Amino acid sequence: MLSLYVPGDSIVHRIPAGAKLLILVVGSAVLFVLSSIAIHAAELLVIAGLFHVARLPWRDMFYQLRPALIFMFPIFLFHVFLTDWILGVETILRILVLLLLAVLVTLTTKLSDMMDVLERTVRPLRHAGINPSKVSMMLSMVLRFIPLMMREAQEILEAQRARGLDRNAIALLMPLLIKTLNMADDLSEAIDARGYDPEPVVPIWRKYY
Amino acid sequence: MHLRLAYARLRPTARIPRIMFEISNVSQCFGERHVLRDISLRIGERRVGVIGANGSGKSTFVRLLNGLLIPDEGTVTVDGIDTRTDVKAVRRKVGFVFQNPDNQIVFPVVEEDLEFGLKNLKLSKEEIACRVDSILEKYKLEHLRQSAAHLLSGGEKQMLAISAVLVMEPSYIVFDEPMTLLDFRNKKLVVDTIRAIEQPIILVTHDMEHLQDFERVIVFEDGRVVADGAPEDAIRHYMDAMA
Repeated sequence: MLSLYVPGDSIVHRIPAGAKLLILVVGSAVLFVLSSIAIHAAELLVIAGLFHVARLPWRDMFYQLRPALIFMFPIFLFHVFLTDWILGVETILRILVLLLLAVLVTLTTKLSDMMDVLERTVRPLRHAGINPSKVSMMLSMVLRFIPLMMREAQEILEAQRARGLDRNAIALLMPLLIKTLNMADDLSEAIDARGYDPEPVVPIWRKYY
Repeated sequence: MHLRLAYARLRPTARIPRIMFEISNVSQCFGERHVLRDISLRIGERRVGVIGANGSGKSTFVRLLNGLLIPDEGTVTVDGIDTRTDVKAVRRKVGFVFQNPDNQIVFPVVEEDLEFGLKNLKLSKEEIACRVDSILEKYKLEHLRQSAAHLLSGGEKQMLAISAVLVMEPSYIVFDEPMTLLDFRNKKLVVDTIRAIEQPIILVTHDMEHLQDFERVIVFEDGRVVADGAPEDAIRHYMDAMA
């Protein structure tokens, strides 16, 4: 789930991350105002074109979309039975456009660039005592450690199965918690050792009194 | 033996070392347990090994050297800088590589992890890119630049962890059992890498064969230094004590 970024230097890759995310946000809002199958189909074509320009493998795109496709069919059926099939097609197109746009942005933008944008976006919150660099650091680390924790969980389950315990959520929870806390200890040492030193943030109510 | 001679001939100054680390009367307790008892050492050699049984205090000792741990009693200075007064400066000087690479790779992508330490040094974007490029090339990790860290092999992870420290160009580097979790081939790769490092290093390890050509080996037992000197003597002392 993490190696989503496909390196490249197409024009799509080179658009600044901030602009891409803004287009994604504004685009998805506009998408729900517009209501015409023709327009949505045209958007779909444009996005497909962009995928081509960015030289992204189609396989990646389908892989990303697969879980969503499962939901599309029931949504379409829902519309066929309760409203009409044209609205169903339009809704499906709308969701497809939205998802493909999001996939396009994720596949062509480096995580660190997105984190930089996030850091800039939450910067005003520093007056409320929230440290923007810590927020983006935290999110990166969540992405880094989810696969690691999944592997740990797998190991615990295997160890328990080897000793005759079947799947048991509570029996998994405790050792996983302990392992995670240990990992967090090691990690905080590693971060300190590499000189992590975010600028301190002073909330506005502490500044003026 | 003749490796050591060749080394001495190359570096005539190696005999009168400058003091890099000075540890004076350091004691450390974790709760009721005395982990270090009144340690005083001066370290100026370029290749120093630290050995000892599990729980002997060697990991605690090396954590003092870059200010990861500030001692309860006594002082630790690096090039004259006290870890208690200016821990940031000490951490810039002393790099630290841990045992488990998984818990020291902070970012999900190889390139980003290498950038992390450099961003902390507040270097310019160009400088960061330049240093990342050269370290990737030097350690033949170029093809992994955009790879997800969790998909690397154990050896690749440890090489990344070492590169991530070296890229910051510290003056000294501490390794805390960097080979323990690796298979034979990767162990050799990491050992060769560590050997080739220009900076002075301090290596904690259980693999004593890697310490043969070191200048000094320090043996810990129960929070005390029980032997300290040339590798063959120190290792013999350790082996006798274990037997």
